Amino acid sequence: MSESMVEIRSVTKVYERGKQKVEVLHELTLDIPTGDFVALMGPSGSGKTTLLNLIGGLDQPSAGEISVGGSRIDQLSSGQLARWRAHNIGFVFQFYNLMPVLSAEGNVELPLLLTKLSSAQRQKNVAAALEVVGLADRAKHKPRELSGGQEQRVAIARALVSDPRLLVCDEPTGDLDRNTADEILGLLQVLNREHGKTIVMVTHDPKAAEFARRTLHLEKGKLLEQAA
Amino acid sequence: MTRTGFVVANLFRKKTRTILTVLSVIMAFLLFGLLQSLSHIFDAGADFVGATRLMTQARVSFTQPLPLSMVPKLEAVPGVARVAYSQWFGGVWQSNTQVFTFAVDPLRYHDVYPEWVMPEQQWQTFAGTRTAMVAGKQLADKYGWKIGQKIPLSSSIYPQKNGSKSWAFDLVGIYDGKDENWKKQTNVVFINHDYFDEANLFGKGRTNFYILKLAEGSNAEAISKTIDATFENSPDETKTQTEKDFNLSFLKQIGDIGLIVRWILFAVFFTLLLVVGNTMAQSVRERVPELAVLKTLGFSDGSVLSFVLAEALSLCLAGGLIGLVFATLLGAMVEKATGGQFQLRVDTFVWSIGIATILVMSVAVGLLPALRAQRLKIVDALAGR
Repeated sequence: MSESMVEIRSVTKVYERGKQKVEVLHELTLDIPTGDFVALMGPSGSGKTTLLNLIGGLDQPSAGEISVGGSRIDQLSSGQLARWRAHNIGFVFQFYNLMPVLSAEGNVELPLLLTKLSSAQRQKNVAAALEVVGLADRAKHKPRELSGGQEQRVAIARALVSDPRLLVCDEPTGDLDRNTADEILGLLQVLNREHGKTIVMVTHDPKAAEFARRTLHLEKGKLLEQAA
Repeated sequence: MTRTGFVVANLFRKKTRTILTVLSVIMAFLLFGLLQSLSHIFDAGADFVGATRLMTQARVSFTQPLPLSMVPKLEAVPGVARVAYSQWFGGVWQSNTQVFTFAVDPLRYHDVYPEWVMPEQQWQTFAGTRTAMVAGKQLADKYGWKIGQKIPLSSSIYPQKNGSKSWAFDLVGIYDGKDENWKKQTNVVFINHDYFDEANLFGKGRTNFYILKLAEGSNAEAISKTIDATFENSPDETKTQTEKDFNLSFLKQIGDIGLIVRWILFAVFFTLLLVVGNTMAQSVRERVPELAVLKTLGFSDGSVLSFVLAEALSLCLAGGLIGLVFATLLGAMVEKATGGQFQLRVDTFVWSIGIATILVMSVAVGLLPALRAQRLKIVDALAGR
C-alpha cells in the first residue's frame, strides 16, 4: 500500500432534524491508503454510513476536508460530484438495489451509459465484470430470477464495470446467510488483493470484518481505535 | 441497452397499469381526432365560398319569410348583378329520410350559382316545368334516381292546398359541382319556386332568403349596409351578410358546435391529465430508491428529470399517435360509409394540433413527478426518508 486513497481531515457532519441539530461525525480525521480493505464497525447511530456516504461523495460534510484519489470532493458541486462518482467510485448496498426491470447485464451496463463507450465495448466490459463475479451464465436473468447472493454479485459487477479504484460497500452481507455472505466477502477480498481495489465496507458483523485488512471502530461520531 | 431502452423498460414495470393508461390516452385522442374533424366540417362548409355573393334574410330570423316584391329593389342596388331566392321546403323521402330541398327560381339560381353544373337543356326544362325538380349527383346516385322519374316527397312544413303534405315532382335534371369541393355538396334537391308558391297552403309570394350575386369589384360590405338601410323601419327589415357568415349562422342554429366540441375535449383531457398524471406520480413514488441509485451511479439530476419526462412523453406519444391513427381510419370509414356526405377527415391540421397537444400533455403530466425525482436527496432516499 502506498499513497492515501482517502484523506479525511477534521470532518464534522451535522444533520438538521426539524429544529434539532444532530452531530453525527465530530472532527474526524482518517487516512485510507490505496489498496486497503477497511471494515467500519460500530453501533447503530455511530456514524458509519454517514462516513461511507461522505467518502462516496453522496453527501457533503458540514466542516472539514475530504480528498479521494487526490480530488477534494468536499469542494465539488452536485453536478461535479455526480460525474466524479461515475468515474471513481463503485457502490455496493445491503439490499443490492438492482433495477428490477433490467436483466443482470442491463443492470451492470447502467453505469456505462454515462461513458462514451460503443455498444460493443460496453457489452464486452459487462461480460468481463459478470465473469469476475462468476455470473456470466446468468446475464439474461432478471433480479427476481436470482438468489440474494447472485443479486449481490450482480451489484458488485455493476460497481466494478467502470473500473473504479475505490469500492464503498454498505453492509454488503447484511441480507445474506453465512455461507453466501462468506462467498461475497471472499469475492471482495479477491477484488482487493488481485485487482487492487481499495474497499471501504460498513458492517455490523465481526466475521465479515475479518475479511478486511483492518477494522475501524466508530462510536458517537468519533474514531475509537485501529485494530490490525 | 440504451437510455431509450431503459425508459421503455421502466414503462413496462407494471404492464397492466401502463396498458390501461395508454388505452385511456388512445381513447382520448380518438375522440380528439374525430371531434376536431367534426368541428372542421362545420368550418369547411363556409371555407370554399368567397365573398362574391351576399345573403339577405329577415332581420329577426331566416325562418321569417320576406316578400318577393323585394326583388326589383334589391336588383336596383348598385353592385348587385343578379338576385336569386330560395325557400326551405323540408323534404322527406319515403318514410323518414330527410332530403334537403329548396324551392328556387331555376334561371336566377343558375345565374347566381355557376358552380352547379348541369346541361343547359336541363336548366331550361327545370324552368319550364312547374313540377320539376333537380337533384345533386351524390343524392341521385345514393337513391338511384334517374331523369324522368317521378319522385314523391312530403314536406315536414308545407301542405298543399288540399291539405296533403305529399308532393310529387318530376326529376328533370341532375347537377354536379364544378370542382371537388362543390361536387361534395351535391346532396340537395331544388324544386320550382313558382309551383311551390302556387300550390302550398300557407303564405304566397314569399321566400326565406335572397342570394345576391355581386358585380365584379364591388364592395360587399357597403352593399350589405345599403340593402339593410333600404329596408330599415319597413315591415320586412333585413339582415345582409356574406355567404360564409350566413352559412355559419345557419349551422349555429344547431348549437355552437365549436364550443360544444371544446367543452367535451376539455372534459376528456382534464380527466386524462388526472389519470396519466396519477400514473406518473405513482410510478415515481414507487421508484424513489431506484432513482436514488441512478444518482448514486453518477446520473445527474438533469438526467433523472429527463428519464421521467421521457417516460411521460413515451406514454402520451404512444397513446396519442395510436388514437390519432384510429381516428383517421375511423373518419375515413365513416366518410366511405356515408358516400362522402359526412366527411370526418382527420387531416394535417388536426394531426398538428394533436401532436402539439401530446407534447403539452406530456409536460403537464410529467413535470411534477420529474421535478420530484430531480430534487431527490440520495442519502435520504436510500435511507427511506
